[in-house]
Amino acid sequence: MSEINNLKLCDLVDKIKNKKLSSKEITEAFINRSKKSSKLNSYITDNFDNALNRAKEFDEKPDFNKKIPGIPLAVKDLFCTKNLRTTAGSKILENFIPTYESTVTQNIIDHGGIIIGKLNCDEFAMGSSNETSNYGNVQNPISENLVPGGSSGGSSAALAAKLTPATIGTDTGGSIRQPASFTGTVGLKPTYGSCSRYGIVAFASSLDQAGPMTQDVKDCALLLEVMSSFDTKDSTSVEFTRGDYLNDLNENIKGKKIGIPKEYRVDGMPKEIEDLWEKGIKIIKDNGGDVIDISLPNTNYALPTYYIVAPAEASSNLARYDGVKYGFRSKGENLIDMYEKTRSEGFGDEVKRRIMIGTYVLSSGYYDAYYLKAQKVRRLIKNDFDEAYKKVDAILTPSTPSSAFKIGEKLNDPVSMYLNDIFTVPINLAGIPAISIPAGHDNNGFPLGLQIIGKAFDEQNILNIAYSIEKNIGYKNHINDWWIK
Amino acid sequence: MTIDLKTVKHISKLSRISIEEEKAKRLTNDLNSIFKFIEKLNELDTSKTEPLTSVAETTLKLRKDKIESKNIREDILKNSPEKNKDFFVVPKVVE
Repeated sequence: MSEINNLKLCDLVDKIKNKKLSSKEITEAFINRSKKSSKLNSYITDNFDNALNRAKEFDEKPDFNKKIPGIPLAVKDLFCTKNLRTTAGSKILENFIPTYESTVTQNIIDHGGIIIGKLNCDEFAMGSSNETSNYGNVQNPISENLVPGGSSGGSSAALAAKLTPATIGTDTGGSIRQPASFTGTVGLKPTYGSCSRYGIVAFASSLDQAGPMTQDVKDCALLLEVMSSFDTKDSTSVEFTRGDYLNDLNENIKGKKIGIPKEYRVDGMPKEIEDLWEKGIKIIKDNGGDVIDISLPNTNYALPTYYIVAPAEASSNLARYDGVKYGFRSKGENLIDMYEKTRSEGFGDEVKRRIMIGTYVLSSGYYDAYYLKAQKVRRLIKNDFDEAYKKVDAILTPSTPSSAFKIGEKLNDPVSMYLNDIFTVPINLAGIPAISIPAGHDNNGFPLGLQIIGKAFDEQNILNIAYSIEKNIGYKNHINDWWIK
Repeated sequence: MTIDLKTVKHISKLSRISIEEEKAKRLTNDLNSIFKFIEKLNELDTSKTEPLTSVAETTLKLRKDKIESKNIREDILKNSPEKNKDFFVVPKVVE
């Protein structure tokens, strides 16, 4: 591995600004390492040749005032990228070449970033292990045959393997934070409305948010600054003054009130995770934070609520894949037959399962019993957080109920797969921000993460708390290059 | 409440997804285990709770009804699996 691959995003920015490295040198280093990573299967589509040209162009006419000048980044293949294939991990979009750019990737480009490729993910971001992708499993660089988490599994794997200095994912129920936790990296889901959804392949529109995935909290603050913007092209984008997240990063948490929700002590949670949580609590106390026991009484209802709301929205969003306007088409005897065959062959099993759940809960006679009921419980879950935030500034929990599992282990049991997101889903339902940071290892040496949950639009606060824990916990990722060739 | 094979076939029709007999049977099992899990919500009394449709809870903003993109016909048709010069092409609908 070249020295360059070991540098973090903020270090690379410094090196470029101080003219110690050129964009071409950096871009080449990450492309060369990516080219040797086929065993990980983290890329679906590469943009290497184009990216190298962009890097040369940058070096000829550099603009060092940009936030990420000449920095190469690979991104989740759920963001539409102009003239660069975007599949959402699905066969139905295998030939889709967007004619427009998503706002978030446009922000990256406008701030000087260079897109080097599109990263694997669960099909339409529906999954927790990257096993539902039409383009194959992704290997977690931590250990062979281990899932990298999902749905942003290609992103987490590529980041942990240092194929990209940082990356972006999307998070509908934990799809940034859980893969970050499984790979020993940092992942942040911003407040709903912070990052524009324009040009992101839609899954569940009231829950979807894009966010940064990075090697440390500083990089996370910088990339969030780049991504977050008010956008008239997204009707739910919120107009507020975005923070100066990197500049205002501050490890002082003296007097901060941090809530510990008792409902997150779930049955059967491994002792290692219990211990990790205690370790986090101790760090907060040692640094002058105030640890307060709180209750989020409806936590247990979050997953069942999510598995009504998300599939319902998905079934509506995915109605657009009809084999007419774009995407894969199958031959049919008539129009309806063509629709049915196209969708049957174009979607994978998990996506079909969720479309069917969604269709059912929205169908005549069941709407009130399921969908409306779930929307009511969603309010109760949000109320829990509103109540808690009268007493505390942020909440600390584990990111996941277990470390990464083996490929194939949970594939035939959808409910057990869904349980992975037990600590992350409530946050999406409430629309608030949360960050996962690596905090320890289990007995196998697999990473474990802690999650810090904040008030709406209080990203700076959770970044600061994460920064403080990160400094005190001294986490190191153990990755060797078993996968390289 | 249990979901039977007939219901699964009905949902598959509504979803416009054709499904083979074998897969429909497996899906029936999957959906039953998922709905068993979902039905936990019935433990809660929500008779006095208002549904939450959006966390933003603001009314959607209005904008001027003005054209912002022009001459994008080619862009729109570009990814169509079957098209002629100006239109998407679908199997014959009207006899």
